[in-house]
Amino acid sequence: MLDIKNLHAGIDGKEILKGLTLRVGMGEVHAIMGPNGSGKSTLANVLAGRPKYNATSGTVTYLGKDLLALPAEERAREGVFLAMQYPVEIPGVNNIYFLKAALNSVRKHQGQEELDAMEFLQLAREKMKLVEMDETFMNRSVNEGFSGGEKKRNEIFQMAVLDPKLAILDETDSGLDIDALRIVAEGVNALRSEQHSVLVITHYQRLLRYLVPDFVHVLADGRIVKSGGKELAEELEQKGYEWIEEEVLATR
Amino acid sequence: MSSVLVPDIRQACVEPRHIDGEPERVRRIRAQAAERFQTLGWPTTRLEEWKYTSLLPLASIEWKTDERPPEGADSVPPFGDRPVAELTFINGALHANRSALANEHPGIRILPIREAMETESFGQHFARYADYERHALTALNTALWQDGAYIEIAPGTMVEGFIHLLYVGGGNAGHPVMSHHRNLIVAGRGSQITVIESFFGKGTYFTNTVTEIVAGDGAVVDHYKFENESLEAFHIGTVQIHQERSSNVTSRTIATGGGLVRNEINVALMGEGATLSMEGLFVLSGRQHVDNHTLIDHVAPHCDSLELFKGILDGNARGIFDGRIIVEPDAVKTSSRQTNRNLLLSETAVVDSKPSLEIHNDDVKCNHGSTIGQLDEEALFYLRARGIGEEEARNLLVYAFASEIVERMKIDVVRENAGRALFSRMPSLKAESRGQKAEGWLR
Repeated sequence: MLDIKNLHAGIDGKEILKGLTLRVGMGEVHAIMGPNGSGKSTLANVLAGRPKYNATSGTVTYLGKDLLALPAEERAREGVFLAMQYPVEIPGVNNIYFLKAALNSVRKHQGQEELDAMEFLQLAREKMKLVEMDETFMNRSVNEGFSGGEKKRNEIFQMAVLDPKLAILDETDSGLDIDALRIVAEGVNALRSEQHSVLVITHYQRLLRYLVPDFVHVLADGRIVKSGGKELAEELEQKGYEWIEEEVLATR
Repeated sequence: MSSVLVPDIRQACVEPRHIDGEPERVRRIRAQAAERFQTLGWPTTRLEEWKYTSLLPLASIEWKTDERPPEGADSVPPFGDRPVAELTFINGALHANRSALANEHPGIRILPIREAMETESFGQHFARYADYERHALTALNTALWQDGAYIEIAPGTMVEGFIHLLYVGGGNAGHPVMSHHRNLIVAGRGSQITVIESFFGKGTYFTNTVTEIVAGDGAVVDHYKFENESLEAFHIGTVQIHQERSSNVTSRTIATGGGLVRNEINVALMGEGATLSMEGLFVLSGRQHVDNHTLIDHVAPHCDSLELFKGILDGNARGIFDGRIIVEPDAVKTSSRQTNRNLLLSETAVVDSKPSLEIHNDDVKCNHGSTIGQLDEEALFYLRARGIGEEEARNLLVYAFASEIVERMKIDVVRENAGRALFSRMPSLKAESRGQKAEGWLR
């Protein structure tokens, strides 16, 4: 599904990812953990195509395509979804209108028929239940006046509607209370299948109790320094990140 | 009879126009106004109120009145279904076949203003509010007005729906044509009325319009102005509003057309407890120049005014918001808020924003502010990251910026027309995405 090889990338000429290599297979859930400043969010933004985040070397292959060559909207249409760390408020853009436009541009690109208003509403209602969102949210402006938890739930709701092949969650769990965390995890679990892959980027292990990953990677100083199974997350929770940093230093 | 302007900014001189059967008072006012125009001269950028707008291109053309309809004037599309009444003026003259007066409705009196000069209300209000002593273009209009609408709503009359005034301009046989429209709207005590003025045209012409509005005690008046003139047109428009006790006026201006435009809206809050909501949206591209000039004068205590102007500028367009609020010494307990927000879509578009407040007593709640910015890159990325193409994402955000004003318009047809005007003037905005097509006169 996703094959990242020796990726060097950064923002404003500052290198943050320093040779990251990662393979995510079809149907797998990978967690990327790491201390602040290790490059977690940079990885998410580079994969989603956020302007100003530039790859200087290395390759990213997604379903056989050169992902880095595609503009952000093309990546989304190809099935890449980024649940943002800080979802932006867009006053005046209606939530439902926006999401319908988004879904239909994805469907059109993938050769599927566009949904009409009724079909879309039906789908949206179904997915809203999944994230326990009130229907009144739909007629508000995108994220405007939403609480932090509501914004994150809205990200998961959009993900559920768009049904991406590769979902990237950029610290979706940060700042969430236990109920919201559970809802987010359930939303992601509902997406899990042999055709869907998930990349969960997080600082804490909490989310991974509900959303059990197949693989856990530790990112430090722009590189993956340790990989393991779900038990690695627990070890990190107990021992913190320092021991990894020490281990890395020791091997240099 | 045709009126002519000398094509020289140093020579502001004009013969007052006269209409058959004009009362002596009107003849006198016209003569005084012509004299004032000559004395004041064309406004120049040396005047603080005109510092952003040079009228040199306007004053250099030999304008003539010519009431023959320009070619194609009939193709102006209808504004929408079922106005209560509609008056159409083409190059300054009333066109009866495109007009419908609603005089069968009790309490509503609508006449071409040249037929209303003998009414009591005309005598009482005409030229009392729009200041031809100090404003040269108002003086020019007062000296030369050809026709316009006279609307009188009896006390307690609630007019459902809206009254539409349509103006169409255009040059004739290659000659530049000017039109001077003059309207008087008098809403009696406790009455309610909505008036929409819309301006269209083709080619080079000059529209100079003055609308005086009197909102009596407790009257509710909604006034809309759609300035959708041709891109080669000159448009000077003055809306002069006089508010009495507890009246409630909403003024909304959408300016998308015109090459050189001055939108002037002046409001005097004369009676206690009056409320004013003034909103404006200007959407410009190419080399358009639109100068919005507003004055809200809080004369009486306990009045509220809320002003919001938004500008969207692309290409080499220049937009101006010059808004002044005066709180007079007696206007205690005034509440006033003034906001101007501008969105620049190109590197070369320019906007000047000059909000100002003059407060002459200390028992008020007032604030004002202005912003100038570009499209939010974060929002743009958010939309693109969901699969929406860059152009469509930009359009969505531009429309969202305007929607605060457009969506608040209460009447469906008004809102739709505002949306259509917006799409028609912004080539990058896709009208078809909202099921609307804009062609020909609407562009």
